[in-house]
Parts: sequence; structure tokens; C-alpha cells
Amino acid sequence: MRLRRTRGRDPLGLRRVLSDRLLPALAASMALLAALALAGARGAADLAARWEGGAATALTVQMPHGARADRALAALAAMPEVGEARLADQARLAALLRPWLGEAPAIPLPSVIELRLARLPPDPAALAQRIAQAVPGATVEAHGVWVARLLALARSLQAVALAALLLVAGIATAVVTVAVRAGIAARRNAIDILHELGATDGDIAGRFARRVALLVGLGALGGTLAAAPVLAGFADLAAPLLGGAAAMRVQDLPWARLPWAELALLPPAAAAIGWLTAQVTLRLWLRRLP
Amino acid sequence: MVRFAEVGLRYGGPGDGPGAGPEVLRGVSFTLTPGSFHWLLGPSGAGKSSLLRLMHLAVRPSRGEVEVLGTRLSTARRAALPALRRRIGVVYQDFRLLPHLSIFDNVAQPLRVAGRAERQVRADVTEILRWVGLVGKADAAPAALSGGEQQRVAIARAVVIRPALLVADEPTGNLDVAQARRVMSLLQQMHRLGTTVVVATHAETLVAEYPAPALRLAEGRLVSHG
Repeated sequence: MRLRRTRGRDPLGLRRVLSDRLLPALAASMALLAALALAGARGAADLAARWEGGAATALTVQMPHGARADRALAALAAMPEVGEARLADQARLAALLRPWLGEAPAIPLPSVIELRLARLPPDPAALAQRIAQAVPGATVEAHGVWVARLLALARSLQAVALAALLLVAGIATAVVTVAVRAGIAARRNAIDILHELGATDGDIAGRFARRVALLVGLGALGGTLAAAPVLAGFADLAAPLLGGAAAMRVQDLPWARLPWAELALLPPAAAAIGWLTAQVTLRLWLRRLP
Repeated sequence: MVRFAEVGLRYGGPGDGPGAGPEVLRGVSFTLTPGSFHWLLGPSGAGKSSLLRLMHLAVRPSRGEVEVLGTRLSTARRAALPALRRRIGVVYQDFRLLPHLSIFDNVAQPLRVAGRAERQVRADVTEILRWVGLVGKADAAPAALSGGEQQRVAIARAVVIRPALLVADEPTGNLDVAQARRVMSLLQQMHRLGTTVVVATHAETLVAEYPAPALRLAEGRLVSHG
């Protein structure tokens, strides 16, 4: 039997004990889950930002008949929560009400003040009450209550997604530890021989760590690439919620909306987890040798 | 130089190192001068392998002082031992070759561990394989070689890095007479080149054939030296 010369690349025979199948497959599955969690976090953050910063933060204040709008505007603008207070355009209001009122120029339309809030109040109902006090007789439409609830939901989803990401990282660490321990058990004799030949802990641990990092990194790359079309599909489903339209063809999917920067970090992050876990596992184990 | 002073060794610790088990070596003291050849003799269980393990830093003493090539093991930091191990060649009865590597790569390991350039590795390994008469089997797997050939590979691996100390634990134990003589001849050549050599054996015929000073152990104690 003749063996190919390895030029010293694999004296521990790690290509056989840390095979290029199981560990990359597990890494790919975990990267897929991590990508889903990342996209979930990003999607929830996008929704939260839109609800927080968009038209959804506006409140409307309907003035009592005959009240002076300029005084009310000044009072509202002085409130710290109010970013902008402006009088709704009467022509636009008339156009909005035309389906119900028809062309009836004689009917006097109420003055309506639109408020854009500087930040979302912790208790929208209390804010509505204070506005009503600032402008006596005004009716406040505080749909911000619903916005706040939706925001809380979106933020919870974001937190759950990030927790899932941490959980995946923890499971990845455990899987690599088990794989490395199995590798140590299978190559105990070779490790002993290399140790006796004068190899340092860093040398032996480095060989395991490089192999694990390569396998986990490549597996994670595969998993991330597999996740991309799934995420694009989800982004497409969410598009109408974010002011877009659903795509008809694959190439029209909202590929640009995917969190590419975070996804690109997944394979190197997985490789780093693998490298670090292998280093720690090996160095702890090697300390039992003299 | 190798110096033992009142050395005791117990196993049973972590990684089969020094621990709370029965004492396998007791009060062993001797000094080996640089460039000497010594037999290590005694019946099975006398502590020969344990003494050799102390000499090639596979275990630390439970008590007493072991000094190898100028380093005292009682005070040496663990991080300093790999460099010292690279100056010690070891030959085992069961060869301990890496089965997944070719003969060439097995012999090349000490040089690669020491970080030598690949060009030098190729030259040195080829030269040493020629010396042990196995240059034609460089690409063979260890399992494809006879016991005697595997032991010559093990010697080649032990000496390729030009060690200052060479220890061999029953190197001829699994070999026939002709192969054993060839192995002994190689060890003697290393001694003539200035290496300190210690060979453990219980083959008295071999000792008679190659007369040299001997350390004799019985029940963990050194009973004679000289």
C-alpha cells in the first residue's frame, strides 16, 4: 500500500475523523436557522421603524366649530412630544369627504390639525387627554395607541429573533465541542505521538481549529446561500406592509431588501465560533498531558 | 547529561501522570555522562519503562529531581518542555508510527514539528531513510512493512532531528535475531556519533553481544549502576 505524501498538512489524520460531511451539514442547518432569525430581526426592525417614523405617528385633532386654529397650533407646537403641528388642507379634506358628502360646498368642514410626534409616547391615551386639555373642545383621534401596540409586538419579535440567534450560536458551540471531543478520542494516539515529538499545545490545537473552522465556515456558507431565496420570498410577502408590491417573477423578488451585510457575516462568524471552540476544547484537554 | 536524584514516581494522577497510586520508582539516583551508552536492565515490572518515560518527559516525577539536558523538571515550566522534547529521540517496542501517514511523512514529523523548511525536510528524511536502508519504501504505509522495517523507521524518526539523548524501550522486543542485530547496530552508530543512548531490554543475550555500562532495576529501585 502506498500513501500520498502530505507535506505535513495532516499528521493527525483529521480529514478522516473530522469528515467533510456531518459537521458542514450541521453548520449549514444552523446557518440557515441563523439567517432566518437575522432576517426576522431585520424585518421586525423595518416594520417598527416604519410605524415609528412614518405617517402612523400622526394624531389628528378636530377643532370645535369657531375655535381659533392659530392659538391651538401654537399651544400644540409648544408640547414636547409634538414634532410638527399643521392645519390640514381644507381642499384635501373636502376631497376625502366627497364620497360621503358629495359636492356640497355649503357644508362647513371642521378645522383639523395633523400632528407628527417627535417620539412615540409611552402612554398615547394620556397624551390625547393632555392635547384635549390644551385645546378645549377638541376631539383627538389617538390611533397612536394601536401604533404603540404594533410597535411593542414588532420589538418583541425582534428580541425573540435575536435570542434565537444567540441560541443557534450556543448550539453551534456545543456541536463543535462534541465533534472535537470525538476527534480527540479517535486520534488520541496520534496526539500523544505528536506531543512526545515536541509539538506545542498551540500547534496541535491549531491543527484541529483550522480544520473545524474550514468545515464550519464552508457549511455555514452553504446554509446562508440556501437561506437567501427563502428570505427573498418572505421579504416579498412582507412587501405590501412596507409600501411595496408583491413580485410576479423570481428575479423581481426584493433581493436588495435582504440583510446582505449581516448574512455575509454568518460564514466568518460560524468559522470563528468553530475555531475558538476547537482551540478551547483542545487546550483544556491537552493540559492533562505533561 | 541526565541526572536523577532520589526520584520517586507514582501513577494514578490526571492523564496517567504522577498521582496517588503505588510507587513504581523509589529513591532512584544516577548520572549519565553526555555521549555515553547505557543498558537499562531488570525483569518486567521493575520500572524500566517508567524510568525511560521520566527521561523523555512523558511524565514528571512525584518526588526527587530529574535533570535532562540541563533542564530541571521540578522547576521547568510546562511551556518549556516541547523544545526540550525535540532534543530527545524515543524508540518504542511497538514502534508507535502514525498509520495514516507514509513512511516518509512519519520520519519527517519531528522536523516539521520543529518548523524546518520543506526542502531541508526532504533532504534530511531521504538521507536518514538511506541510512536505515528504507529509502525505496518512503511512500509505503507502515502496515505494509515488516516489524523490523517498522522499527528501523521508528529509529529513523527518533534520530532524524539529531537528538542529544536517544532512549529506546525494548526496541528489539518484537524482532527476530537478525532484525534485532540490525537495530542494535543503528543505535550503536548513534552512540559513536556522540548521542547519549539508553536502551531498556530484558534480552541478556543482546547485552552480552554489545557490552556496555548498565543501570539495573528491581522492584522500582536502582540496584546497580556500572
